[in-house]
Amino acid sequence: MSEKLYNNLLFQSIFLMSFLILVGLLIPNWLVFVITKAIAYGLVGLGIITLMRGGLVSFGQGFVFGIGGYTAGLLGTQAGLTDAMLLLFVSFLFTGLVGLIIAPLLARYRDIFFAMLSLAFSMVLYGILIKIDAIGGSDGFVLPESTYFGIKPSSEYADYVLYVVAIIMTGFISILLRYYYDSTPGLIALAVRENELRVEYLGSSAFNVAVLNFTIAAGLGGMGGALNGIALGHIDPEFTYWTTSGEFVFISILAGYLSVPAVFLAALLLELVRSFSGRYFPDTWQLILGLFLILSIIFIPSGIGSFFKQFFDRLKKSK
Amino acid sequence: MNFFRQCLILISSILISLLTFVGISNADGHKGFKLGVVTFLSGPAAEPFGVPAWNGGKLFIKLLNEGKVPAPYNKKGFGGMKITAIPIDESGGATKQVQEFRNLVQRDKVDAVLGYVSSGDCMAIPSVADELKALTVLYDCGTPRVFEDASYKYVFRTAAHAAMDNIAIAKYLIEKGHDISSIAGINQNYAWGKDSWKDFSVSVKKLSPSSEIKNELFPKIFSGQYGTEISALMNSKAKVVHSSLWGGDLQSFILQAKPRGLFKRTQVVFSAGDHVMPGLGNKYPEGVILGARGQYGMMAPDTELNKWFYKSYMDEYGVFPAQPPYRMVQGLMGLKMAIEKAMEKNGGKKPNKDEIAAAFKGLEFDSPGGLVQMKLGDGHQAIQPHAIGTTVKDKDGNITVTDIVRYKASCVNPPNGIKAVDWINAGFPGADC
Repeated sequence: MSEKLYNNLLFQSIFLMSFLILVGLLIPNWLVFVITKAIAYGLVGLGIITLMRGGLVSFGQGFVFGIGGYTAGLLGTQAGLTDAMLLLFVSFLFTGLVGLIIAPLLARYRDIFFAMLSLAFSMVLYGILIKIDAIGGSDGFVLPESTYFGIKPSSEYADYVLYVVAIIMTGFISILLRYYYDSTPGLIALAVRENELRVEYLGSSAFNVAVLNFTIAAGLGGMGGALNGIALGHIDPEFTYWTTSGEFVFISILAGYLSVPAVFLAALLLELVRSFSGRYFPDTWQLILGLFLILSIIFIPSGIGSFFKQFFDRLKKSK
Repeated sequence: MNFFRQCLILISSILISLLTFVGISNADGHKGFKLGVVTFLSGPAAEPFGVPAWNGGKLFIKLLNEGKVPAPYNKKGFGGMKITAIPIDESGGATKQVQEFRNLVQRDKVDAVLGYVSSGDCMAIPSVADELKALTVLYDCGTPRVFEDASYKYVFRTAAHAAMDNIAIAKYLIEKGHDISSIAGINQNYAWGKDSWKDFSVSVKKLSPSSEIKNELFPKIFSGQYGTEISALMNSKAKVVHSSLWGGDLQSFILQAKPRGLFKRTQVVFSAGDHVMPGLGNKYPEGVILGARGQYGMMAPDTELNKWFYKSYMDEYGVFPAQPPYRMVQGLMGLKMAIEKAMEKNGGKKPNKDEIAAAFKGLEFDSPGGLVQMKLGDGHQAIQPHAIGTTVKDKDGNITVTDIVRYKASCVNPPNGIKAVDWINAGFPGADC
């Protein structure tokens, strides 16, 4: 019985989530903030991984990241909606809907064509956003401070409360995704990746899989964008720029597509390396960041997730 | 199922990184005064702007710590406290800067942050600064909107905003009898460029209602290529072309427009034009009307403090100081005076941010560029005297500035409580020239 509970996904996740929430009380504020940001980036990375399982890589996740961020920001400034949980949820739904609308167009393409078309979408959005002066143009705008169930936490605890909300919402989304990955449509995605033609002959639709995965990725990206915007308190069109999209691709490559927690770990690693290289090497931080990217691709080519897997496979064998 | 073990790995990696990084960031103790300095150290704005600014700041901080600065800045460091500066790169956009700012305040626990050249960053940072209750000195950025659209408790700007630059240029054009029957502008598409153009075009319209606007161009910041814009400006045949381009953008624009004869065909005015002079040298065009966003560099006043600063910078780096180092030193001087004023009040203890903020409000201090008065935005926004000049080749063939006209701070800055644009539209009421 205890063995079973031990292996139960829900139990494990709730254990991990409560552990992280407790840890959040002990660690300094800046780290809480960095982890929150890593969760935001990780969510988008998770979306790319969902696509990667079906053999697609999007170079334009900045598109959904930006839509999510601007949805949360505009609801906050224009409609006066400041409840962080509601904003995250609405951004998730709205961006998912946008994803569903453009997915049928994108899902007809594969490989580099898919990647470039998604990139094009994000850059078009970027071009539009920098031209709209009413929402700050290229300066972006400041978000109002968020509330939780109508309560505005004091500034010392604001970061922590958002961290807790982020962990809980992301935790449950991760669980649902794990179930989705192991479900029939989730596994068909893997088959599409291997041999699309055969999947079609067996009577499943690769097109539908791509649409579904893109929609999920869009929703996740939108939620990540909203979380990032709420955490920073500022949004600008840089959210949709191609360099931002590039970071998401890097996170998912660093993580690999085998493990959900690995994505967040990869995002956290990138965030820490970036912020510490900026702090200790202000003149050459891009160089340090670049070296980190090169080294991680050389030494863990199939991602942190695969590294986990190898390690545990070996552990099992030795038993 | 190895999910649980994966989670354990995740947790332990977080803990390990946490311990290492907390160790690193707490390694240096908390004596003296920790100052975060944010300026462009990479990208197109670094070479002409961010790096010279930081060079000036670095030199000034060193001399302050050694107690080698003339009165009234002769106290060591900030009121006897040694200054430790943490430089941070400003490139990467406003969102990245918000994050770097949080890192400085929450992780490095700096006592104050001095920074920001880009107006976009200055629009984003203040609300976070107040939220985190972090003392912040904006040392350069120009958009008037920072303290016109909102008010902040812990944020100060020790330099005049862009309205002054553009009002003074419009006045200069008229005083010197230039033809302003038609104007055109090329400004970057963000807060600074848009506000600069608005202030300039409205000022010209006010002073000479018959002049018409031919062309308003807004290229993206840091775009670096202006071929099409230059063609459009040449075709518009405007008598005056106004630009608030700065940094690498201004250098590129000058280098691309000069061979095409733009500077010969029209009267070009640069609202922030002097800081690329050290880099361009004699490639800088003649006959350009320019401001330095204050009395800086070749337009600096003849005071003891300025002579000392000009010489110290020249001796250290071998080039003359233009706007950027003057600006950063001005910010450091303001902060120093506020801290020392607060220490006088509290009996010489290290003042907290509330005490410094209270002392900073309405402060007046001498700088190499003249008297700085924190008069606008309820004592949070500085005004300062200004100077406009025209470039000319001297007999050795070197580019220098002549025909300098100086403006009193109260002549080209709006009074407290009135927005710059409203003041211009109303015809500069109460201007004391």
